[in-house]
Amino acid sequence: MSEYAIEMMGITKTFPGVIANDKVNLQVREKEIHALLGENGAGKSTLMSILFGAYSADSGTISIHGKQIEIKNPNIATELGIGMVHQHFKLVQNYTVTENIVLGMEPTKMGGILDLGTAGKRVAEISNKYGLAVDPSSIIEEITVGQQQRVEILKTLYRNANIIIFDEPTAVLTPQEVDELMDILRLLREEGKTIILITHKLKEIKDVADRCTVLRRGKYIGTVDVASVTEQDLAEMMVGRSVNFEIDKPEMEAGEVVLSMQNVFVENSSGLEKVKDLSLDVCAGEIVGIAGVDGNGQTELLEAIIGLTPTSKGSIFLDGEEITHLTIRDRIERGLGYIPEDRHKYGLVGQFSIYENCALKNYYQDIYRNKYDLLDFAKMHSDAEVLIEQFDIRAGEGALTPAASLSGGNQQKVIVAREISLSPKVLVVAQPTRGLDVGAIEYIRKRIIEERGKGRAILLVSFELDEIMNLCDRIATISKGSIVAVNRQHEVTEREIGMMMAGSKKEEAIV
Amino acid sequence: MMHAKRKQRLLQSDAAVSVLVVLLGFLCGTILIALVGKNPLNMYKALLQSVSGYNVDNGKMNVRYIGETLNYSVPFILCGLSMAFANRVGLFNIGGEGQYIMGMTMAQTIALLGPAIPYFHWMLAILGAVVVGAFWGGIVGILKAKYEVSEVVSTIMLNYIALYLSRIICLQLPGATTYKTANFPETALIGNSFFQKITNNSMLNNGIFMMIIAVLLYWFIMEKTSLGYGMRATGFNKEAARASGIPVVKSIALSMAISGAFAGLAGGIVALGSFKYGRVLSGMDNYGFEGIAVALVGNSTALGTMLAGFLFGMLKNAQALMQSKQIPKEITFIIQGLIVIFIALRSALKLYQEYMDKRSLQKEVGVK
Repeated sequence: MSEYAIEMMGITKTFPGVIANDKVNLQVREKEIHALLGENGAGKSTLMSILFGAYSADSGTISIHGKQIEIKNPNIATELGIGMVHQHFKLVQNYTVTENIVLGMEPTKMGGILDLGTAGKRVAEISNKYGLAVDPSSIIEEITVGQQQRVEILKTLYRNANIIIFDEPTAVLTPQEVDELMDILRLLREEGKTIILITHKLKEIKDVADRCTVLRRGKYIGTVDVASVTEQDLAEMMVGRSVNFEIDKPEMEAGEVVLSMQNVFVENSSGLEKVKDLSLDVCAGEIVGIAGVDGNGQTELLEAIIGLTPTSKGSIFLDGEEITHLTIRDRIERGLGYIPEDRHKYGLVGQFSIYENCALKNYYQDIYRNKYDLLDFAKMHSDAEVLIEQFDIRAGEGALTPAASLSGGNQQKVIVAREISLSPKVLVVAQPTRGLDVGAIEYIRKRIIEERGKGRAILLVSFELDEIMNLCDRIATISKGSIVAVNRQHEVTEREIGMMMAGSKKEEAIV
Repeated sequence: MMHAKRKQRLLQSDAAVSVLVVLLGFLCGTILIALVGKNPLNMYKALLQSVSGYNVDNGKMNVRYIGETLNYSVPFILCGLSMAFANRVGLFNIGGEGQYIMGMTMAQTIALLGPAIPYFHWMLAILGAVVVGAFWGGIVGILKAKYEVSEVVSTIMLNYIALYLSRIICLQLPGATTYKTANFPETALIGNSFFQKITNNSMLNNGIFMMIIAVLLYWFIMEKTSLGYGMRATGFNKEAARASGIPVVKSIALSMAISGAFAGLAGGIVALGSFKYGRVLSGMDNYGFEGIAVALVGNSTALGTMLAGFLFGMLKNAQALMQSKQIPKEITFIIQGLIVIFIALRSALKLYQEYMDKRSLQKEVGVK
């Protein structure tokens, strides 16, 4: 038997015009946890799609357990014992754990009758063996995200996978669940499984991985023993230059309350109460972060502030004026800025050019009227050119570039430029750095801190706890639609926030 | 990504694709004629004659054909604008036919019952047609904006209501029989004696001026006003438009009303320009439906829709000529149908492209 469970050598995959993988090597030893590190767009997903048979490589070879093999489709990968735990779970919400696990290869008895009893037993067996505590008979939508992930892992084990790929597995977990997952990964390794961990979180790699392969812009940078390198080394390999992790945030005194939510209730589109009796103030010159696991009412709360979703009870005040029932445009005119989580859906009109997007919120105002009282496209254009310059937006055709053809980071810069250029009193920011590369992340964070310096009140929602911990002056932890506690930045630990995110109310001082 | 972009550019050159699609439609039509054992050349002779008035077979020139082609084009273009306007705001207005019928009915009613004052009479009738068309479209817009009723369903329903309502109303008009009313007074007609003179008594009338004004107005509203700006944003990305404070609900309701106004105008022009009496409809004229195809071929732009409307007018005028040359006139419908199918294929290609772009983007962002 070969030393390597997986050997992908000289893998090249070009999509017309772009080289997603350029002679990439990946050698994963038997029974190790091998991290695959790289920024967004570095080619991690493409490489894994090739391993999984979703794409075929232009050149290069793949060997599994020392045998060279052509993986033409995902079924072959499954037969070879390769399993994948996707970042977004592929589970049927109203099926039980067992039903989900056997889906696609249901055991039958007496020629066609579903035999869930036997299946359930086997699921219980596997989950005991690997310490994956989950009740086989519970319904998916009633168990936690951490447990759902375990179901995904069980699915691969049920299919006898001995090589398991984890795609950004910690993105949706609380810090405690992350710890538990790390334990599970170690146990899987002890039981003889080979694991590939796709991630961009250096801490996790240091924590659990044996070796690490780094990709950058489709190129193979190298493979290192994790024990022999520092996080800083890994970061430099990933980005290609030295990286400053420290966020430089000057101390400053918060001013008056600008945004105030008082006993707010919000229902989602299917009538579920997602925000319950939530009260929170944001002052001028301060960043308040909302920490919490995805789906605990953050989205609904922000939508209610912006006006996309009605507030069913309670009131929202902006600078002392009630805005609870105002139209979205009225709120914008009173100084409410919004950097949405889903920039394609809510932030930009893809087919519009940059200048049209920059004017999206104030095109109707007098500043964009020419002497014939028509839209002054020339002014929109020149204003946008200024923003492109100021915010370092990289666009091939300048202000005329369609927004859809920009990279994610530049799209986000267009939105940030627009919102900041409107000089809002309150800036509501959701997941501002999601999916961006390190350079853009640094830039966007710097801009947010600058806005704080100008005395804006900033409300930040992020699922990256690091971002919240570093950026915010006060941190409000949300769980099941209510604020559990509000703490000053340095008066709370990541661990305590994790506990509160999971819903346990401790005796934290409410500031 | 680069590739996707380049490909998108090519697809975005919509005008080029439309021309290609039209040529492809004619090519298929040519092959079909050959397959049924006729001479395809005759179709092109008929088409040439309908555009230029020149009869290749006997070398005679009759400018009347030019006038008729232009006259046929007017309702196609206006109904095309109707479809296109809604389309730009992200709506699918299949109700052009109903709006057209209502406009026609209103024009006929005013023509027969209104004050027979020169100029004022036909202007009032045309205005009535526009207003009632806007009303008929506006109903759909309000239903859609306020109650999220699918505009596809409500427009189809309203088409039938319009047809039978039109019959009920027209049967009450002076001199009504089962298929026509009394003749209109002279003051209600929009004929143009100068046009008649230079086009050898074709039906070409003042409607063509109204059509040109409508095309300009369409372009002006869409491209130059903040109303159009908000509407285009709504059409491209309703959610982003809403989040940016654009009154999406208002845009939708208003766009359907404007859309209906164009179709209503078409109805008024056909009623007062191409006929001397009111018609009691027994079936639909189909201008409204064919407007959908016109807008598709014209990519919902002002100029594109106008050119596509001319094409459809030419085909319609060529039908009789083709029959006289033993070419089944149905071939023109087949060509129109093929053009629409090819255009639809392009939309499918675009959807596929968008899907692939999204996937590659998701891959880049690392989201599966």
